[in-house]
Amino acid sequence: MSANMRDAGLLARDAEGLFWMARYLERVENMARLIDVTQSFESPGFETDAWWGLIRINADEARFKERGFSADAAHIKRFYLLDIGNPTSVPASLEDARTNARTLRPLISTEMWRQINVFQRFVSRIGAADLEGDALSRLCTRLKDGVQAHTGITEGTLYRDQGWYFYELGRLVERADQTTRMLDIKYTALLPRGGGEEKRMAELTQWHAVLRAAAVYHAFKRRARAIFSAEDVVHFLLRDSSSPRSVLLCVRRIELHLDDLRRYYGLAATGPLEQVEMLRQFLLEKPISHILATGLHEYLDLVQIQLQNLAGAIGRAFFRDWRPEPAAPQAQAQTMA
Amino acid sequence: MSEIFNRLWPDYDPGRFFCELSAKRPDAGPVPRLLAERLERIGLADLRARADAAQNDLIDLGITFTVYSDATAIDRILPFDCIPRVLTAPEWDLLERACKQRVAALNAFLGDIYGKGRVVKDGVIPGDLVYKNSNYRPEMQDFPVPHGTYAHICGIDIIRDEAGDFRVLEDNARTPSGVSYVIENRHLMLRTFPDLMAGIKLRPVDDYGRRLRAAMAEVAPPGGGDDPQVVLLSPGIYNSAYFEHVFLAREMGVPLVVGADLVVEDDRVFMRTTSGLKPVHTIYRRLNDDFLDPQVFRPDSMLGVPGLIGAWRAGNVAIANAVGTGVADDKAVYAYMPRIIKYYLGEEPLIQNVDTHICREAEGLKYTLDNLDRLVTKPVGESGGYGITIGPRASKEELEASRAAILADPGNWISQPMIGLSVGPTLAEEGIGPRHLDLRPFIVTGRESWVLPGGLSRVAMKRGSLIVNSSQGGGSKDTWVLAESFATAGGAA
Repeated sequence: MSANMRDAGLLARDAEGLFWMARYLERVENMARLIDVTQSFESPGFETDAWWGLIRINADEARFKERGFSADAAHIKRFYLLDIGNPTSVPASLEDARTNARTLRPLISTEMWRQINVFQRFVSRIGAADLEGDALSRLCTRLKDGVQAHTGITEGTLYRDQGWYFYELGRLVERADQTTRMLDIKYTALLPRGGGEEKRMAELTQWHAVLRAAAVYHAFKRRARAIFSAEDVVHFLLRDSSSPRSVLLCVRRIELHLDDLRRYYGLAATGPLEQVEMLRQFLLEKPISHILATGLHEYLDLVQIQLQNLAGAIGRAFFRDWRPEPAAPQAQAQTMA
Repeated sequence: MSEIFNRLWPDYDPGRFFCELSAKRPDAGPVPRLLAERLERIGLADLRARADAAQNDLIDLGITFTVYSDATAIDRILPFDCIPRVLTAPEWDLLERACKQRVAALNAFLGDIYGKGRVVKDGVIPGDLVYKNSNYRPEMQDFPVPHGTYAHICGIDIIRDEAGDFRVLEDNARTPSGVSYVIENRHLMLRTFPDLMAGIKLRPVDDYGRRLRAAMAEVAPPGGGDDPQVVLLSPGIYNSAYFEHVFLAREMGVPLVVGADLVVEDDRVFMRTTSGLKPVHTIYRRLNDDFLDPQVFRPDSMLGVPGLIGAWRAGNVAIANAVGTGVADDKAVYAYMPRIIKYYLGEEPLIQNVDTHICREAEGLKYTLDNLDRLVTKPVGESGGYGITIGPRASKEELEASRAAILADPGNWISQPMIGLSVGPTLAEEGIGPRHLDLRPFIVTGRESWVLPGGLSRVAMKRGSLIVNSSQGGGSKDTWVLAESFATAGGAA
């Protein structure tokens, strides 16, 4: 650092804002991915079963009922794409992202703010017609495009001081969490009927859909043997060291970022570093075959809980100083003061 | 000059009002004619298309203020008019000197009333107007401030009457807003209307953030060393001027904080960062006095910082503007400003007030009552236009009610003549039409005063309307201060 430059420091509140802005945007992209893959799981006559999987992996059963919806495909789509009163919906996540962006305007680039602003306006105008038939897939593409435009603008314009690290931490925690949900949806999806080759083919199609949703279909094909198993797919999404959405890759990057924050910015990162180390070990501990045999869903649950603990530790270490009350540990949403 | 305008815009008629573009001003040189010709060349359709694009740009960029009505909050843009308001070099010279003079008097007055109170003892202004003023803060008594600067940021509302003379309408010495629009408007013009501006030398407006930060550093306590920590204290994202807070924090390069970010320990102010508490030396606050410190002012304020005033009294932090400046910019004191300027500076005001009759004085009361139907009467304690009677537009009953109110409590009333605000050509429904304008220059004062060239030109977008306030549909224009003086060139180009 030049002798004439000053250490600008980072307000704890802004660090938290960056963390959550990134989380909410990542959540929007993943929701679009999940909806896209859910649509491909629909089979005529069983539409509701496929869509109900989405409610289950997000643990939204109670909230869905509270919001007064009935359990059918059309209502579930509305719940996630139109209902601003549902905090896990796309418009609610984007509204939260924009509110954070608004508090962060002194720090983020004008380009970032403009894009979020325009994107949020687009999302607030999604209507029932956009959820029908082939329009839905196009909508998902536009949602993904919106977040990816944000990601690109951020990559090219956000100043890389400690604020950038908190932005990255939020994104990676959310992405790891969402990847576990993407895997989970395969297990909550209706198992293909019939048997033998027919069943195997149908399952293959479902795994392909999950891989496509996680944007790693082609990479997986390049790496996998000609005849692949469910184990290979689970491995790829949980432990591949090169797939941008694999849980392990996200966790390793979180660990590197925390270490940088400690090393270059002198932050007290011990608590979160301990958590992330535990999580990394947990991810590598058991063979995938063992995980599948003892229950993937239960295993993914544990990963999600550990990610929440990690987010909690990050909050306690860096954000909490400005707010006396610690947030409830299970809180998956930001508690705005 | 006016022949050219007649030819280009045959329907443009400013009537009895002073027109900021078409009035004969030799020192404006060829600029008004150039502007008119260029506008004509661009044509109405293109002007409108570009103006629309510019407004959309403002929405996308979120350059907005928030209007709260009942349960809803709406982000609005300040309507932008693309036809600039032009000030000549000699006009600006006068405005600049007058603003500095006014701020010097305001600060001297504040230092005096929070000190020895000579101005009251010498009978220049009645004591009750000062000490019973709701904006007088006894907490400030006998705590001098660095360089005697209380009003670090001032906005002075200036209008131009039918004769083209400038007049001060109001002083804003608390937390005046609008400066961000001055700078954003210029950027917008440069992006959208480069062909309108080509070759015309203007005084730049980009220096505001640097000047402001320098002034904030100048008033910082010695503990800040040579690079004191300045912060901007905002009420937060729900404040209607939040965009401006962001703008200023960015332009200064300092953190935008809210009350919860700050903490006072041992009479020192700190901000909470990811690596713990970091000292703060100067707070540019965009929060009213009442909300600053719940230990001293409103105990229910969640926006402020408990202990802040204690830290200030201990000399460990500077607050800009200082607490209690509101006593200097209120309507009652405004009426005395010409005398206050003379009292402290021994000078006549370079720009006069709007003629103001003070009803607590026998002469003023008699004149007011004799001319009620021609005057605007205002209660001094109110703001936002409450209780005002506009004589020429009032019914007989309203005038009688006003007379009774004044007689009941003359000390609470002032009166002023109806003023014909100047107009500027403005892009309107009917084409290019005259719309009324005012001007708010911004003055930054640390050790000494600096005036941002130009200021905010607010324009009433409705035909005939005199209300330029943004909350009531007013818009704004880019304000050009010509860098060249054409006085001797006689307008030839």
